[in-house]
Amino acid sequence: MCLGVPGKVVNLLEYNTATVDVNGNQVDISVRLTPEVKVGDYVLIHAGFAMEIIDETVAEETMYWLKELQPDEL
Amino acid sequence: MSCDTTYIDYLLKEIQREERPVAFMEVCGTHTMAIAKSGIRNLLPPGFKLLSGPGCPVCVTAQGDIDAVIELVRQPQITLVTFGDMMRVPGTHSSLQEERSRGADIRIAYSPLDALEIARKNPDREVVFLGIGFETTAPAVGITVEQAAAEHLSNFAVFSLHKLVPPALEVIFSDPDIKVDGLICPGHVSAVIGIEPYSILAEKYHKPCVITGFETKDILEGLVMLLRQLHRNRAVAEIQYRRVVKNAGNKVARETLKRVFKPTDARWRGLGLIPASGLELQDEYQEFDARCRFAIPYIEDIPIKGCACGDVLTGKITPHDCLLFGKACTPLRPVGPCMVSHEGACAAYYRYTPLKGRD
Amino acid sequence: MTTDRVLMAHGSGGLMSQQLIDEVFKKAWNNSYLDPMMDGALFEVSPGRMAMSTDSFVITPVFFPGGDIGKLAICGTVNDLVACGATPLYMSTAFIIEEGLLLSDLKKIAESMAATAQKAGVKLVTGDTKVVEKGSADGLFINTTGIGVIPSGIDYRPACIKPGDRIIVTGNMGDHGLAILAKREGLSFSTPAVSDCAPLYQIGRTLQKYGADVRCMRDPTRGGLATVLNELAGQAGVGILVKERDIPVSPVVQGACDMLGLDPLYMANEGKMVIFTAPAQAQEVLKDLQALPEARDAAIIGEVIPEPRDMVLIETELGAQRIIGMLEGEHVPRIC
Repeated sequence: MCLGVPGKVVNLLEYNTATVDVNGNQVDISVRLTPEVKVGDYVLIHAGFAMEIIDETVAEETMYWLKELQPDEL
Repeated sequence: MSCDTTYIDYLLKEIQREERPVAFMEVCGTHTMAIAKSGIRNLLPPGFKLLSGPGCPVCVTAQGDIDAVIELVRQPQITLVTFGDMMRVPGTHSSLQEERSRGADIRIAYSPLDALEIARKNPDREVVFLGIGFETTAPAVGITVEQAAAEHLSNFAVFSLHKLVPPALEVIFSDPDIKVDGLICPGHVSAVIGIEPYSILAEKYHKPCVITGFETKDILEGLVMLLRQLHRNRAVAEIQYRRVVKNAGNKVARETLKRVFKPTDARWRGLGLIPASGLELQDEYQEFDARCRFAIPYIEDIPIKGCACGDVLTGKITPHDCLLFGKACTPLRPVGPCMVSHEGACAAYYRYTPLKGRD
Repeated sequence: MTTDRVLMAHGSGGLMSQQLIDEVFKKAWNNSYLDPMMDGALFEVSPGRMAMSTDSFVITPVFFPGGDIGKLAICGTVNDLVACGATPLYMSTAFIIEEGLLLSDLKKIAESMAATAQKAGVKLVTGDTKVVEKGSADGLFINTTGIGVIPSGIDYRPACIKPGDRIIVTGNMGDHGLAILAKREGLSFSTPAVSDCAPLYQIGRTLQKYGADVRCMRDPTRGGLATVLNELAGQAGVGILVKERDIPVSPVVQGACDMLGLDPLYMANEGKMVIFTAPAQAQEVLKDLQALPEARDAAIIGEVIPEPRDMVLIETELGAQRIIGMLEGEHVPRIC
């Protein structure tokens, strides 16, 4: 129950809304739940709201951690 | 993307090396769908099971609640605004889709804020937003209610059927008939509630819990993280989906939930009544509570003969084990919500399992 | 005409009907077949097989990014004839106009139809207009019927499809569906997506030289690619296996579908063909298609398999296979 997509914040508007871009599609959403958001941030969009700011850098970390620490290591 | 394919192969191989029988449950309809769409199930070693849990908010909506919504839309002044997912869910005698074809004013929205706009534009209608969803969606509805209050909108209300995930997980873990070795935790619910509820569950029931994203790579990483915990006899909560989920979750969203909603007992299809597992509006927002404003009857759940949605939702049986699956109950002629909902376990199995898996 | 809107009187068959036809349709479609204004059009036919196709268009809104209902009406029937293997020749058009439609809009649509027909090499030779009360039609309904002639050696039918045949789509899936969706009420998002509405006459011509090595063609309109593949698998009594990574979908369409919970495989296309070819000719056919502007993103997406019959399978990024079925009910935006 979690259909959410990443979108890039391209404009901050009045009344706590922002325009986000998803591969060229643009939609105005509420940023009431992510008040610290800035233009250029990527956010997770769900039901017309930004839910979280996305941090892509950590994805790489998980991969290296899983590969570094072999399955049978403690 | 060759780096990605090599990494995915690496993860897949580790999963396929698993020799002992293991059963993980995913508790999120979007995971059910993502797992089915990726075809992972067909690549798992024998004895490795992925069970679907009660994570589809459409599927776990009690039959009696659906019947109550249908009663509501039959009142001529009501304009119901709902997410598309709910349109085809069968109540005892009808569905929202059927009611609309009979003249009920039912509109599909992508966001609860769309319902506010409809209320503003149609002052002569009573606009009711059907609040379905877990902690991912409820904060959005909460903000919407606060906005309605700020604007003193007199023709807007919410019919809250929102539910909370952790109480349902507690029921799953404490049921001796449900054999689960670990949990694939919902990615976006967790973006709101953070890791703590799962840490508590992991410790209490000694089951690893991994908060996982929805891409194929995420799911494979999540499964590997669960397997490694099992091998090391660990049972803690971890986050695979770190790019979205922070340990602390989203404080602003949780505070919105606290301000606008309060926990209430709720009926879950398949799990029965779970105390403090639903959300209703706080007293100060009573004027926006559809239950207070309109005569909405309490309707008993009438079980459908042969329908095993309850057992499917708790992972006790797979969709294939249901006698109606694929015969009397198909996506075109669904009997229960697990087949109707786009991400119900039965729909996912039916749509995405190759022929040999269907028998 | 002294009015700027279509009135009931324009449909009564009298002077005002005549005015409407003269000022809107004859003006835009000036041709020798139409000029006599008889009850029907007269033309010579050549020997051989002919194809005929009819379609009605009820789209709302009537103007959308990339086209309008008129252009769509011409392309729809032209493409159905092309799918039959025919060279489209003549078309009839029937209009059911809602009282109150702006005459300037009707003129725009008529001109659009003329331009599209010329591009496709068809003549609009006969037609009909009716006017109905306000509320009885969404602005405008159009029916077009077209006939064409099939060159010898061409026989496009589902029964010709055999296991081993390759399947080609002539470009990105879902563009039209998305362009229309964005214009509907209630979905407040904007998209750069433009309808791919186009007449595919050149595709038909280009592939004629392959004769029976092209087995069958169909345009994936309502219900999208998944629906057409399922229909053909059933009609041909075969199975189909496509590869997810080979199906062309633009990032714009994929992003919008992800956002709304829709699937590009079920979204409508109005300027694309699905083509089944003999395996040995597939690469050559692909190259010929890619040389055409309307098919430059053509791709081989899969093949015909003997089993499981009547089913369409898709290979996921993991290499596993799953079924893609027919659409059940409406394709609505979801949040789950």
